[in-house]
Amino acid sequence: MTTVSEIFKTMAYGPAPESDKPALEWLERHGRAFGVFVGGRWTKGKNGDAFDVINPATTAPLARVTQAGQADVDAAVAAARKALPAWSALPGHARARHLYALARAVQKHARLLAVLESLDNGKSIRETRDLDIPLVARHFYHHAGWAQLAQSEFAGYGPVGVVGQIVPWNFPLLMVAWKVAPALAAGNTVVLKPAEFTPLTALCLAELAHEAGLPAGVLNVVTGDGRTGELIVNHRDVDKIAFTGSTEVGRIIRKATAGSGKKLSLELGGKSPFIVFDDADLDSVVEGVVDAIWFNQGQVCCAGSRLLVHEGMADRLVAKLRARMEKLRVGPSLDKAIDMGAIVAPVQLERIRTLVSRGVEEGATLWQPSWACPTDGYFYPPTLFTNVSPAATIAQVEIFGPVLVTMTFRTPAEAVELANNTPYGLAASVWTENVNLALDVAPKIKAGVVWINCTNLFDAASGFGGYRESGFGREGGKEGMWEYLQQTRNAARGTRNKRRAPVPRSDFRVPRSNQVPPIDRTYKLFIGGAQVRPDQGYSRKILAPSGTLLGEVADGNRKDIRNAVEAAHAAAAWAHTSGHARGQILYYIAENLAVRAAEFAGLVGAMAGQGEASVREEVEAAVARLFSYAAWADKYDGAVHQTPIRGVTLAMNEPIGVMGIACPDEHPLLGLVSLVAPAVAVGNTVIVVPSETQPLAATELYTVLEASDVPAGVINIITGAKDALAKVLAEHDDVDAVWYFGNQAAGAEVERASAGNMKRTWVEWDPRDWMESEGREFLRQATQVKNIWIPYGE
Amino acid sequence: MRALRVNRSAVERRAATIPTRRTVKKEWQAAWLLRAITCIDLTTLQGDDTTGNVLRLCAKARRPVRHDLIEALGAADLGIKVGAVCVYHAFVSAAVKALEGSGIPVAAVSTGFPAGLNPLPQRVDEIRASVAAGAREIDVVITRAYALTGDWEALYDEIRAFRDACGQAHMKVILGTGDLATLGNVARASQVAMMAGADFIKTSTGKEPLNATLPVGVVMTRQIRDYAERTGHTVGFKPAGGIRKAKQALDWLILIKEELGDRWLRNDLFRLGASALLTDIERQLEHFVTGRYSAAHRHPMV
Repeated sequence: MTTVSEIFKTMAYGPAPESDKPALEWLERHGRAFGVFVGGRWTKGKNGDAFDVINPATTAPLARVTQAGQADVDAAVAAARKALPAWSALPGHARARHLYALARAVQKHARLLAVLESLDNGKSIRETRDLDIPLVARHFYHHAGWAQLAQSEFAGYGPVGVVGQIVPWNFPLLMVAWKVAPALAAGNTVVLKPAEFTPLTALCLAELAHEAGLPAGVLNVVTGDGRTGELIVNHRDVDKIAFTGSTEVGRIIRKATAGSGKKLSLELGGKSPFIVFDDADLDSVVEGVVDAIWFNQGQVCCAGSRLLVHEGMADRLVAKLRARMEKLRVGPSLDKAIDMGAIVAPVQLERIRTLVSRGVEEGATLWQPSWACPTDGYFYPPTLFTNVSPAATIAQVEIFGPVLVTMTFRTPAEAVELANNTPYGLAASVWTENVNLALDVAPKIKAGVVWINCTNLFDAASGFGGYRESGFGREGGKEGMWEYLQQTRNAARGTRNKRRAPVPRSDFRVPRSNQVPPIDRTYKLFIGGAQVRPDQGYSRKILAPSGTLLGEVADGNRKDIRNAVEAAHAAAAWAHTSGHARGQILYYIAENLAVRAAEFAGLVGAMAGQGEASVREEVEAAVARLFSYAAWADKYDGAVHQTPIRGVTLAMNEPIGVMGIACPDEHPLLGLVSLVAPAVAVGNTVIVVPSETQPLAATELYTVLEASDVPAGVINIITGAKDALAKVLAEHDDVDAVWYFGNQAAGAEVERASAGNMKRTWVEWDPRDWMESEGREFLRQATQVKNIWIPYGE
Repeated sequence: MRALRVNRSAVERRAATIPTRRTVKKEWQAAWLLRAITCIDLTTLQGDDTTGNVLRLCAKARRPVRHDLIEALGAADLGIKVGAVCVYHAFVSAAVKALEGSGIPVAAVSTGFPAGLNPLPQRVDEIRASVAAGAREIDVVITRAYALTGDWEALYDEIRAFRDACGQAHMKVILGTGDLATLGNVARASQVAMMAGADFIKTSTGKEPLNATLPVGVVMTRQIRDYAERTGHTVGFKPAGGIRKAKQALDWLILIKEELGDRWLRNDLFRLGASALLTDIERQLEHFVTGRYSAAHRHPMV
């Protein structure tokens, strides 16, 4: 027994345990065994399979949980489907009341949830008490607000339907809230699968939600491992999948849902940079690093795991970090005076150990504090690597543990280069007291979230989500709501102004006469602002529906696509051109197109087998559309989100980068303009694959673009076999997004191929009314939201 | 000096999480509270101070906790007493006499406390007078104008003059952080005070609108740490003003342990400027001993 007198002399810390009693009582009330929560009640798993959930801080089993199989998932989806009509028909205010009740329920049972989470996951009670659970309540509050405002703020949009949601084990309940709150606010019903390591709080929430009056079937929870997740992903009656987890699994889901028509949002892995410039407040940087990589044992998708520090101060910072690490405390998750708890499971601990050994083998310098971790659970000490090169494994792969790698840079440009030297793009943290530097660097980093002089700040009002292979879609804020909404007029789509693409034919007829013949027109490809011959010297015949040969276009191949992608990257400055300048160029295109309206109408008419007059409307619409996006070019503003910091959170609409656009066949000119104009208006550079059978409006457009001051490489046009070229674009790892408008089979190919670099896709095969296809929907598809957190105050 | 950077938002976040990251319970809390008592500069700095209430303060300084509680805590052999008694110059002699043999030093606030705007010769003389009257510690106040206008050389010269006048007496330099406008100024003033020979740097007079806050404490302790790393000199720290609850005292101790280390958890390098605080600590100690919540009137008043 340590005496007061002894402690007075040592001034040591002692144990400060939070009681686990109420949480264990809750488990006992359920007999420490859980079925699935479907249709508003607990149901036994149909196949009887179950597994143990372990407390990683003690290795003691907590409860036995169902491994849901096909029948359970079927029942859950059926329950959600059954609940959907009534739930989605509720007025926004009624759904707002439900979400408000959920927020209150979370607050009323905050400590139970916090303790349960800490037991289940191994994370410290301080974090669950101060961060996880308050943020859970915050998300339900915030989205009660969106439910209330949905009718006015999302007019013309309605729920997607039944949503399958799969969440990870690192923030078990918080991820549930991020997924469930917007889904329910928008009027969807949910089948949720928590991670197999950490299902308890999700089950507890399902019960609380039921007690709070949520209608049966609106929120269904099924438990199990990846096999259960797979059943949800592949379920035919699920309309959308929302997944948070590893990029590896995200890829599988992308492939599995390809061509299914399921909406998809993925929040995946990261290897986020933590950049320290030489004028930063170094002591604050040290605490920032603690919050970045020793938060939640480093099991954070957006953890600042790559410390990039100015070379001149690296030694000082590393010395300070080591001193700080000596003072970190690792211990039982329910101890109120620890910094880090346990790693979630042995498999994760093993992964960390393996990667750390790899780091040492590859020559990096390992440093760990002198104290030892407890040995009765799955603990791992805070770890710092120096002498790390970008080529090192530990600098590239996501470790998902308390392991920081340090690299140095010489200049701000090199810092940005190092920061972006990763397939991921989830988050970044930038430390400098120089506002010019901070605001210069933030937009240059490829990441969905950038924290200036702070890190790992989250709020329901601000969107969270990645660039590149960190996924797509946002969670939180208005930008997050779109993931759970779709246009309600989708059903009516294509009823007006529907024009069928003519059926291609193989036989052709060359018009002959004794008059002076027209001069031959040779259509090449349009790459890097120049008309260039195709890589292979083949051409394709373009016929009118009558079989009349209208001309021949270049048959582009994958090398032409490669060249066009390089040209599009070389034109990256377009993204930094002012909206005003981009708008001027779009106006100029419209002007030059209008001058030749009759000629274009003649071309489109000839390809469609219709008279010029009947397609004149389409050309006029294309001109007007160019005007619209010229107008939008300096008006598609971002937002300043109301997050609870003294500062601003800027939601910036950034271009995605290099985009491939495969155009619809039914409106060869208007369809192309409707897609290309919004893409370039917001700063993307594009590789356009026009209609395969009716490309002549596109090829004739070259001269319009050339006459309109479009910078070289901003718009590249490759004619040829559309579906094959679209697939090449989808497979290209240096293309950031692909839009495909065509048939379902090729659309599926595009979606499947996009999994290579997890590029964003927009694929449609249902006919669309192109006369009406304009506006924010297109601008949203052409941009990604970056949230920049800027706390201030001197 | 001007290149010193302090990020207020980050510092505030650190300050906010220090009390949530650490806590001490049961025996540990009792022991830490006893430690806090030994670090208290038991203070009275009121316009209506008389010899009578100063003597009462001195008596309390010698026996800060009821003897039965000390016995119950098993702390009798620790010789618990406060760190110093802090008074205006007028009461230095009386306090020195009252504390004779106790080993408790008398601290005098000086140099035109609290505004510090008297003529410099007078302020220097005031220090000499208090030292002559037996004060072993002198709490001086700086001319805040020097910090606000960035005249760091003038501030340095002023504190040097105070240092010389203090002689062997310990000098605590009060920065008046509530008047300094920015945490950057707090950091710079801390550095200048240490360079000019401060034994302690102290947050506040207790008379500014904003007293000792944890963010200010984070900044000042980090400067002390930095100064020790650069020069090898250990300088003490004294938050003062507004510290009334035992919980606050624990928060300050945790801050010191985390930002500076155990070496600073002794009263040669850490003081808490307070008076009402002691009563609250006594109540918490009684609660630890009896398991029942205590009342202020059960403890001899300060």
